[in-house]
Amino acid sequence: MLERIQVLICGGTGCMSSHSKEIKKAFEDELTLLGIKSEVGLVLTGCFGLCEKGPVIVVYPDETFYSHVSVTDVRAICEEHLLKGRPISRLMVNDPIAKTKIKQMSQLKFYSKQKRIALRNCGQINPLDINEYIARDGYMALGKVLTELSPEAVIDEVIASGLKGRGGGGFPTGMKWQFARSSQSDTKFVICNADEGDPGAFMDRAILEGDPHSVLEAMAICGYAIGSKQGYIYVRAEYPVAVERLHHAIEQARSYGLLGDHIFQTDFSFNIDIRLGAGAFVCGEETALIKSIEGYRGMPVSKPPFPAVKGLWGQPTNVNNVETFANVPVIFLRGAGYFRSIGTEKSPGTKVFALGGKINNTGLVEVPMGTTLREVVYEIGGGIPGKRQFKAIQTGGPSGGCITAKDLDTPIDFDNLTALGSMMGSGGMIIMDEDNCMVDVARFYLDFTVDESCGKCTPCREGTKQMLDILNKICEGEGTLEDIDELERLGEMIKKTSLCGLGQTAPNPVLSTIKHFRDEYLAHVTDRTCPAGVCSNLTHFVIHDNCIGCTKCAKHCPVNAISGWPKQVHILDQDLCIKCGACKKACPVGAITSEPLHKGVSL
Amino acid sequence: MKTLDELKKLRDESLKKMTMRYQKDGFRVQVGMGTCGIASGARPILNAFLEQCEFHDLKNVTVTQVGCMGECAHEPMAEIIDESGQSYIYCALTIPMVRQIVERHIVNHQPITKYLLSERKDK
Repeated sequence: MLERIQVLICGGTGCMSSHSKEIKKAFEDELTLLGIKSEVGLVLTGCFGLCEKGPVIVVYPDETFYSHVSVTDVRAICEEHLLKGRPISRLMVNDPIAKTKIKQMSQLKFYSKQKRIALRNCGQINPLDINEYIARDGYMALGKVLTELSPEAVIDEVIASGLKGRGGGGFPTGMKWQFARSSQSDTKFVICNADEGDPGAFMDRAILEGDPHSVLEAMAICGYAIGSKQGYIYVRAEYPVAVERLHHAIEQARSYGLLGDHIFQTDFSFNIDIRLGAGAFVCGEETALIKSIEGYRGMPVSKPPFPAVKGLWGQPTNVNNVETFANVPVIFLRGAGYFRSIGTEKSPGTKVFALGGKINNTGLVEVPMGTTLREVVYEIGGGIPGKRQFKAIQTGGPSGGCITAKDLDTPIDFDNLTALGSMMGSGGMIIMDEDNCMVDVARFYLDFTVDESCGKCTPCREGTKQMLDILNKICEGEGTLEDIDELERLGEMIKKTSLCGLGQTAPNPVLSTIKHFRDEYLAHVTDRTCPAGVCSNLTHFVIHDNCIGCTKCAKHCPVNAISGWPKQVHILDQDLCIKCGACKKACPVGAITSEPLHKGVSL
Repeated sequence: MKTLDELKKLRDESLKKMTMRYQKDGFRVQVGMGTCGIASGARPILNAFLEQCEFHDLKNVTVTQVGCMGECAHEPMAEIIDESGQSYIYCALTIPMVRQIVERHIVNHQPITKYLLSERKDK
């Protein structure tokens, strides 16, 4: 029988970790109990994007959007909504302005402001069912390419679309394919780079988990264009759900004859295999990735020769990122002109960003290029929680830099972000507020690159370590003015002399924070204070007289350093305090502040 | 799978199951499923609507349930809202009536006036 209602349950990583699988099980049990299982469809989809509100459930045909659903809510949904048709308002999202409940998914500002191309099927289809992908015009692009277009025409179309690599480099994809095609060889390879390592970026994961077939289809198109018969997906083993769904998708595509020999009765044959990475950040660099697939240590080699000339096992190889591939079928379904009509002149199309940090709507958003940062942060992201002041956005992960409030109105595209001293990177966006110490942030990213440096070239291996030592010194209050100059000198040197992209971009977080927040660095070395109250050696917390005695701070203190009776001003024992800042976050009236050390301790 | 045509066929086949997620216009059938409706047999009526929609291969029809429609004495009832937003309330439905309604009203756009609630009240 035709299904009357379809319940889509988010099966993205975020929602899975908050028990969406158990929720699906509970739905199955409850629907069987009510005897309406045959008329209700249950689908575990890919990521909906609004991870903050997870686990997310959407009930069609009315598009009712339920957030923060727990296993215990399932019974109410089944009995009230599915059986009697009464949507449950307590699980709907609040509209902060109109103070009403938002009933439909499309009414959420988070979705209405977005333009979804790469994420077009995430949260819409069942990633484990190839038929649902086919229903959304899946594999039609491949069919059209194989039966109507020559390989040259395919490359021309991609060049005309202006698609640029979404993994960080921003190199025109069509040109890359052209290079691989013009290399003479009988054996060529297509590699999908799914080694997503930026802290805070998870768009590739969402695409692989929510819409694996779009990547497979695009890889086959690429194989046809450059003359390759074999593709590899290099995905990290720490994405088990993505790996499982990819395996399943490849099996299904093979059984349908959409991968394998003589696809669509043409002479074109193409196969895809998965190679697992151990989760090293440097393997996102294409030459290191190729070495890792060959079975060696993941270390970059110098370019040229580029992979398009001499790549995997010495054969011409084309490497593209997951999100880049996910855009490709759309170019052939809707035409290069359609793709060009979205975004800006120099950077057509859309970009997926992973919003994280101090923002209300943590999650994945896809916006046309040229959208301003302000729109992303305040309209789609919902602004900063807790009435805090915006301080900066870190884009591009450990390779990128900070963008401050004065540049919030810059339209996002590859060139603009580079001009601001940051970069697009893979699309991670960490939003920071006044409680973030920029020196500490720079230290965090540098700590990451020091760990992840493969050690092949000296500037990256030794230089980043030296920079980290200096930053540690500054955070502990032992820095000098010369240290800041030394950081800049070292940073510029590492940028110029490192072998691969990792080293060449590693100093960026430090250099850009020095550029935009030099006063904070100066406060650390000259005043010996941390203005944000993060660096524990340079701050102490004070409870002021406007304390209302609510006892919240005392409850949050992990070391019981705060004492006091209810409705009386509390007292903080400085000897016990570990300066974690939990009390400051907990205080409802802002009576606890972090003060510079030399201002004296009031007991 | 061998050809592009086979793929297209498969796409149309699969699309049937998913139309409700993308179809926003067209007919909307709301079956009253308050306690009164359920007690007087609204569930078989709802299922009959679904079966008939499948039988006629109708893509632009949304079948959904609503709460008590107010005229409990005339349950099971169903409200049919056509593309222009005009609403028709049918009452005291039986499965053969549902077959006729789907065939005549939804497929051929000719409301069956004798089954309408407004007609019933006059008697």
